[in-house]
Amino acid sequence: MMRFMLLFSRQGKLRLQKWYTATAERDKKKMVRELMQVVLARKPKMSSFLEWRDLKIVYKRYASLYFCCAVEEQDNELITLEVIHRFVELLDKYFGSVCELDIIFNFEKAYFILDEFLIGGEIQDTSKKSVLKAIEQADLLQEEDESPRSVLEEMGLA
Amino acid sequence: MALKIVKGSIDRMFDKNLQDLVRGIRNHKEDEAKYISTCIDEIKQELKQDNIAVKANAVCKLTYLQMLGYDVSWAAFNIVEVMSSSKFTYKRIGYLAASQCFHESTDVIMLTTNQIRKDLSSPNQYDTGVALTGLSCFVTPDLARDLANDIMTLMSHTKPYIRKKAVLIMYKVFLKYPESLRPAFPRLKEKLEDPDPGVQSAAVNVICELARRNPKNYLSLAPLFFKLMTSSTNNWVLIKIIKLFGALTPLEPRLGKKLIEPLTNLIHSTSAMSLLYECVNTVIAVLISLSSGMPNHSASIQVSFSRHAHTFSLKYLGLLAMSKILKTHPKSVQSHKDLILQCLDDKDESIRLRALDLLYGMVSKKNLMEIVKKLMLHVDKAEGTTYRDELLTKIIDICSQSNYQYISILVELTRLEGTRHGHLIASQMLDVAIRVKAIRAFAVAQMATLLDNAHLLTGNTQRNGICEVLYAAAWICGEFSEHLEEPMATLEAMLRPKVATLPGHIQAVYVQNAAKLFATVLRGQEGAPADSTVAQETSQLLIDRLPLFVQSSNLEVQERASCILQLVKYIQKLQQKDVEVAEEVTALFAGELNPVAPKAQKKVPVPEGLDLDVWINEPPSGSESEDEGRKSKGKAVFAKDESRHTKPRYTEVDEKELAKRREVRKAEQANNPFYIKASPSSQKVYQDGVGVEHIPVVQIDLSVPLKVPDQYVKLEEERRERNKADKKKKKDKKKREKGEKGRRRRGDSGPESEEDITPAHMVDIVTEEMPEWIDLRFISPLILLSLSLAPHLQVCDIQGNLQDGSQVVVSVIFENKCDSFIKSMEFNVLDSLNSKLQRPDGAGPHDGLIVPFQLPPGISNEARFIFSVQNIVMPQKLKGTLTFIVKTDDSSTHEKLDFKLHFTCTSYLITTPCYSDAYSKLLESGDLKGCSLKLEGVNQPFHHLLARICFHHHFSVVERIDSCASMYSRSIQGHHMCLLVKTADQTVSIDAKCDEPGLLGNVLDEIKLTFSQC
Repeated sequence: MMRFMLLFSRQGKLRLQKWYTATAERDKKKMVRELMQVVLARKPKMSSFLEWRDLKIVYKRYASLYFCCAVEEQDNELITLEVIHRFVELLDKYFGSVCELDIIFNFEKAYFILDEFLIGGEIQDTSKKSVLKAIEQADLLQEEDESPRSVLEEMGLA
Repeated sequence: MALKIVKGSIDRMFDKNLQDLVRGIRNHKEDEAKYISTCIDEIKQELKQDNIAVKANAVCKLTYLQMLGYDVSWAAFNIVEVMSSSKFTYKRIGYLAASQCFHESTDVIMLTTNQIRKDLSSPNQYDTGVALTGLSCFVTPDLARDLANDIMTLMSHTKPYIRKKAVLIMYKVFLKYPESLRPAFPRLKEKLEDPDPGVQSAAVNVICELARRNPKNYLSLAPLFFKLMTSSTNNWVLIKIIKLFGALTPLEPRLGKKLIEPLTNLIHSTSAMSLLYECVNTVIAVLISLSSGMPNHSASIQVSFSRHAHTFSLKYLGLLAMSKILKTHPKSVQSHKDLILQCLDDKDESIRLRALDLLYGMVSKKNLMEIVKKLMLHVDKAEGTTYRDELLTKIIDICSQSNYQYISILVELTRLEGTRHGHLIASQMLDVAIRVKAIRAFAVAQMATLLDNAHLLTGNTQRNGICEVLYAAAWICGEFSEHLEEPMATLEAMLRPKVATLPGHIQAVYVQNAAKLFATVLRGQEGAPADSTVAQETSQLLIDRLPLFVQSSNLEVQERASCILQLVKYIQKLQQKDVEVAEEVTALFAGELNPVAPKAQKKVPVPEGLDLDVWINEPPSGSESEDEGRKSKGKAVFAKDESRHTKPRYTEVDEKELAKRREVRKAEQANNPFYIKASPSSQKVYQDGVGVEHIPVVQIDLSVPLKVPDQYVKLEEERRERNKADKKKKKDKKKREKGEKGRRRRGDSGPESEEDITPAHMVDIVTEEMPEWIDLRFISPLILLSLSLAPHLQVCDIQGNLQDGSQVVVSVIFENKCDSFIKSMEFNVLDSLNSKLQRPDGAGPHDGLIVPFQLPPGISNEARFIFSVQNIVMPQKLKGTLTFIVKTDDSSTHEKLDFKLHFTCTSYLITTPCYSDAYSKLLESGDLKGCSLKLEGVNQPFHHLLARICFHHHFSVVERIDSCASMYSRSIQGHHMCLLVKTADQTVSIDAKCDEPGLLGNVLDEIKLTFSQC
């Protein structure tokens, strides 16, 4: 089971964090800080896997962003790498050639995509298509919510 | 009303949305914290409004801030409000915020149960979806219990979108609320054959995870999974299934045989690296469980490994896999030695370290020299100090495996700069030179060169630096100086002025060994017919050079140097009279040093007629009061000692018992960095073996005569203690053992040794049947406590020890009572103003102390914690927690134990003897304030009563006359405490005096408590 997933920039700014086990805020911060240091210090030609505390860390860098997952000892590192890649593909499809700024400004959307892809640290759907379909439909629902309101309605005058 | 709404909406037009916030933060890089604090103020205003859209916007912004590391827990209630909005847009934001911010101790989670239930049963599948997603992040045991049924229903929902989510969430529910597993399992099994592939893979996922935790319950599903494995084409699912089989095969070897073929097929056919890796891993697991070698299959593993070993990530995994194969099939790994050696050149340190581990495991007699040579080549180009140090340790380890002929390698190693393994190399040099006679001549020659080139090594003079090897070099040259070809040159090298820059302990060895060398040189010179002036010159050399060392600031060096200087001066005088001195000087250092095996002592038989357990001298008998004192001390030590062994028990130990003890001791030592001290667990096993029932305790009658020999007092005390223990329904074996240990030590040391007399007190623990809270009570300088804790760990004994006026040392014995490995223990205590746990420099006031060892099952170990105490007048309780990781074969869980440390006032008292004249002077001085206490209905003999006070409260008897006794004790801060105890008709009155009335009051209360408990 995946324990958590972090997205952070080369400058060490956290862009996304998802914890699949409830963790206290203080511990989260400590772990994030520690892990970022470890990962950022690694050189490009190094292995994507490392052992850290009792977890295995799998990370991959896409452009300026590091995607970093912590999995348990028995988990398969390579499939985790594929999970990361699949997530990047999903973001790419959704935003249309995704860049760091997309994730910064639409961070809630990025979370929604991640939530449709992984749930409780397990892969929910292995098909890209069905994940994207679910997101689209949820977005449609959201727009329906928003669209009928005219400006006047919103101001409480209608 | 309308106006208010309009006003709110207009305000809203000026509100920041999330994008504005992000942009704003990016524009305020210099004063981000300030900007954010104004934003948070705005958000607080927004949260106060009734408009849900405003609130949702605010919560969305908070979620972003939370990610940046700002505390938003104060808005938990607002998040719940947004979650319960009927609009999906807001609900989605609310659940997102909740899943990011909530954790088990968030109290508003309780309020969400009904809302979540409502959302789960919503007709809109996306409402249900977000609720499930949110739940997966913050599900608590309570939520799991309340919602398990609802989620179970959703597993049969018409929409596959909901079904797969529900199935995956069920796993989280099982973890939090295991009772739900049984009713849900049939339905989960159904889902393995769900028409939707997503749901199917979800079910595989969950069952696979469950099976990894507890494989044997899932063996029956093996055929079903086998079918799935051969039919499925989805790599993600295949990986899970194969992993599941990896967990199952150790339990069912037949399964392994069946698996090998489809797995090898997959290995050869798949292009997906992840699947390949999983297959390889499982094949390895299968091979291990089959144990019979299947060479052709392991060959296929290697093929696949070497086929893909070009990319760096796979190299790492390949090496990992290799190390697994190595354990069972070392031969098949051997053929890849070159490949592995190549990995040593890799840029990635973790790959290099893995490769090194592998090489270390591969070493055999045949290839040792080859591997070491290769490694030596690598030492030169190795980058990174950690890696180089690791490399060095490994080389030394490898070499020491083979024992012989590696002095030259060690010398080679010393040429490396900047390593911190000097000490290790030195000890290895000494070891080899002493152990292997054949190598001595060679070693001495090498060492002499080393000494001659000492200036090359002295660049690094810090403590573990490489100059440590000079320590070994000097010693070897001195001790085995007869092998030296040019002792004179070496002697000169050792007395160079530069030596004075070396660390003190090395200089000391230099000086001492210079003397040994001198002896050898003299003998050589006097043996030759040459004139005696040469010999005199040698003496002169020493006399010239030694004063340098006499001035050393290091005392050891100074002392040795001045000793030897005087000796040499005397020798010179004799030489001038033409006396042959060589023989006598050599005699100073005569005697060969032979290596002795650590167990050699055991092989020496005990001479006939020698009984090691008999007193050599009769124990001295003193005056009456002294006798009384000793008796009480003796009793104190044995007080809770229920399992009494008679002395000659040592002879009862049979061979099997010994083997068992040795086993245990080894395990203990392996885990204990300071294994010199007594090992409690070995005693434990010993005791288990001998059994408690044989001890004739029961027959002893209560009505003991007033003047009883020590033994009877002990027995009586034991009986009572046992009754008490039974009453409390606390059968704690460990307690008895601890008592046993204390008693034995006492017995060994004899009554005279004062420092050992500090009584080992047994103290009752108030566990109050609560598994969570433990009360570690703290009454005496040396306290033994036993605690039976919940499932995993037993914090057994606490020994307090008082040293100076403000420090209390608490020894905690941790015993692992579960079957799993326990590691990463962290001991933390919430400091009070008065008592603080002493933490290392740089640690924060709330940081826990890491317990410096790990515990395999059944092993116990002791850790010490120092507390500083300011005020000792009041008793105190400190709350603490112990966190640790329990590691079982397939998982590791983080656990926490809460406990209380109870420092009573008596724990600050130290048993101090006092003479009656000093005592009366103290009372006359008038500095002491009085207080008194009456105890009714005490029906025990007076000397028992005194013993009890001495034992539990650390007093010593000053004088006793009939039914009246005076007692004394002193606190760690030097407060005097005097008691006058009188008894008449079952009533005991205690008049007490102390210069600190508060302390006195508390101690008297504690004494009262002690007597009310018996």
